[in-house]
Amino acid sequence: MADTTTTEKSAEHTAEKVVPFEPKIIGFLCWWCTYAASDMAGTSRLKYPPNVSIIRVMCSSRVDPSFIMRAFAEGADGVLIGGCHLGECHYVSGNYKTAARIALLKKTFSQLGVEDDRLRLEWISAGEIRKFAEVITDMTEKVRKLGPLNWRENFEPK
Amino acid sequence: MEETNEKLVKLTIDGIETEARKGETILQVAERLHIDIPTLCHYRFVKPYGACRICSVEVTIRGKSRFVPACSYQVRDGIEVQTRSEEVIQHRKMLLELMMARHSQVEVVRKLAHEYGVDTTRFEEMPSEGCILCGLCVRVCSEVVGANALTFVKRGTDRYVSTPFEGKADTCIACGACAYVCPTNYIKVEDIRDRKYVFSELSLGPTTPIHIPFAAAIPGIPVIDSHACIHMQTGECGICSKVCEPDAINYEMQDTFEEVDVGSIILATGYKTFDPARAEQYGYGRFDNVITSLEFEHLSHASGPTGGAFVKADGSEPKSVAILHCIGSRDKNYNEYCSRVCCMYSLKIAHLIREKVPDADIYELYIDMRCPGSGYEEFYNRLLEEGVHFIRGKGVEVSQMPTLATTTPAASNSKLYVKCEDTLLGMPRELPVDMVILSVGLEPAEDAEEVARIFKINAKGDGFFMERHPKLAPVDTLSDGIFIAGCAQGPKDIPDSVAQGAAAAAAAVSLIDAGEVALEPITSVVDEDVCTGCKTCLVVCPYGAITRDEEKGVAVINDALCKACGCCVAACPSGAISQRGFDDTQIEAELAALLMS
Repeated sequence: MADTTTTEKSAEHTAEKVVPFEPKIIGFLCWWCTYAASDMAGTSRLKYPPNVSIIRVMCSSRVDPSFIMRAFAEGADGVLIGGCHLGECHYVSGNYKTAARIALLKKTFSQLGVEDDRLRLEWISAGEIRKFAEVITDMTEKVRKLGPLNWRENFEPK
Repeated sequence: MEETNEKLVKLTIDGIETEARKGETILQVAERLHIDIPTLCHYRFVKPYGACRICSVEVTIRGKSRFVPACSYQVRDGIEVQTRSEEVIQHRKMLLELMMARHSQVEVVRKLAHEYGVDTTRFEEMPSEGCILCGLCVRVCSEVVGANALTFVKRGTDRYVSTPFEGKADTCIACGACAYVCPTNYIKVEDIRDRKYVFSELSLGPTTPIHIPFAAAIPGIPVIDSHACIHMQTGECGICSKVCEPDAINYEMQDTFEEVDVGSIILATGYKTFDPARAEQYGYGRFDNVITSLEFEHLSHASGPTGGAFVKADGSEPKSVAILHCIGSRDKNYNEYCSRVCCMYSLKIAHLIREKVPDADIYELYIDMRCPGSGYEEFYNRLLEEGVHFIRGKGVEVSQMPTLATTTPAASNSKLYVKCEDTLLGMPRELPVDMVILSVGLEPAEDAEEVARIFKINAKGDGFFMERHPKLAPVDTLSDGIFIAGCAQGPKDIPDSVAQGAAAAAAAVSLIDAGEVALEPITSVVDEDVCTGCKTCLVVCPYGAITRDEEKGVAVINDALCKACGCCVAACPSGAISQRGFDDTQIEAELAALLMS
């Protein structure tokens, strides 16, 4: 929050008053690992950008590729999928299915011209709260550099 | 003896009439009658060899007498044996005098000769190096161990014992049996490894392959270490089964795995201590008098190797001891967390040393003293009053030579120098001490990662098991019915471990007591009107909860088996499956709300 206030203040001081681009990222997080890590990161008072809005799912394999498409279509600049490390899935093998689906989806997106960094799959266990904060920070910065996706303008037929 | 059909022979030894089994030697019969016959090359578990002849006795059969070695001569009916007649003594004296010509420096020979009044020799002296060529080592190596790593080389006066081709014997298993039987201590086993131990927690000295695991073991019965047991390595030896009268030794016993059906599981798999050999600067494994806190426990224990005496490696009493806190804890190079128990046990160690060596200089080198708990701070104050030196500054290095120019080397060169920065004095210091005790921290158990994977629970960043919630569910895990307690969850002392163990037990019991298990409410459901019966969901379900109703041609989900991952929902190509609480429309609504602004 402190960061936003300073940027807001400095924005006020600049003559142009340009609102800096803040990427909107949707995070589909597995309840058993990455969501728990986000919870723990909060209780541990870890700091990371507020750009990722989290949707909790029971397992990363619940994430229908259509959700990701829809997220981009409705204005998201990036989508993060968080699941358990391979071999540690709470539901035995859900994350393998996720890995396969996301790989295919990435291929589709690259053909459409959506940058690779906008869709990210990460294995973050409940204990890896530092990794969670790092991934969020890193992804926000990368998407910020890429700029807005503007799916409606760029990808939908006019 | 008890078997009646066995042939018994009658004989007299030194005038005592006795019976013996056929095949027994005179030495065996004499032993039973407590008649002492000297031996040098005899060992009850190898075949008689008759190399030294010192056991010679006089045997009279049908009026004719002659000298025979008692160790190998088998008794016959009607013989008369004289073990201490004038002639026998004279015979032995001559043998000893001959032996003295070569082995006068060997204690066992000199002692025996002295008993017989032989202190000098009339023969030309050709001093040996200590081997009396009894052949025990060679015979034990081949007959008992089965390794055949030793043999006699050359003949006559040139004869000596060596390994094949005088090199490192490939078949030697370093059991030390040859050194054990050698009557003159000529053979020595050298410890060529860095550290030698059988149990990591008992690293002060080796133990035998057959042993009681530790003093208070339950059940207190000996076990055989299959990696060290000669019988299990070479198939020979078996001495323990020969000497065990109740015949309790069983070499065939195998580990067994048993499957138990349970309703809940408590994981209290504990911890391991930090291996200080990883922190080379402390000299653990290089300097004899650098030991870990756990080794100190072993050493100071009344049933320990010294019977509780606190001594240095050379057996002398240490007059100054440094206790180094936080070894492997609160250190970015090893573990960042505080191990919680070390401050208090370090204080206890200081207290024990003060009790055992009242005038010792005891130094505690600490970063911070962390003594929260009932009576803990009071104990710290008591130690301050006992005159223990507390230095605020972590010990950084242990060396045999002083490294600071300001340090004056101690008169004795057996001192160890502990370098630290005394942050209260604001200067580096170097303490010359006799002994260093490393207060090692706690780490997750060796197999913690594997255990976590088996039980589908999470480990925290430091490797300890993670609880469901640090405050609200401290003994639960994310897997239902699996609870954690003690150091498996994180470093903690005994009172805390006991409290957490009781909490985990109560949680497990409440689950059993309830008698029924609440199922996940968020199971998946199939819309039979939409389902095409393509069986895609059957393949992705990891629990086999989905079957196909062949009559209707649709998928059916078993609510009791479904664990609610929702994988099938995402996989369904016709959108026929939805998950209660995680419906497509619900998630899409969530998405829309998040992206509205």
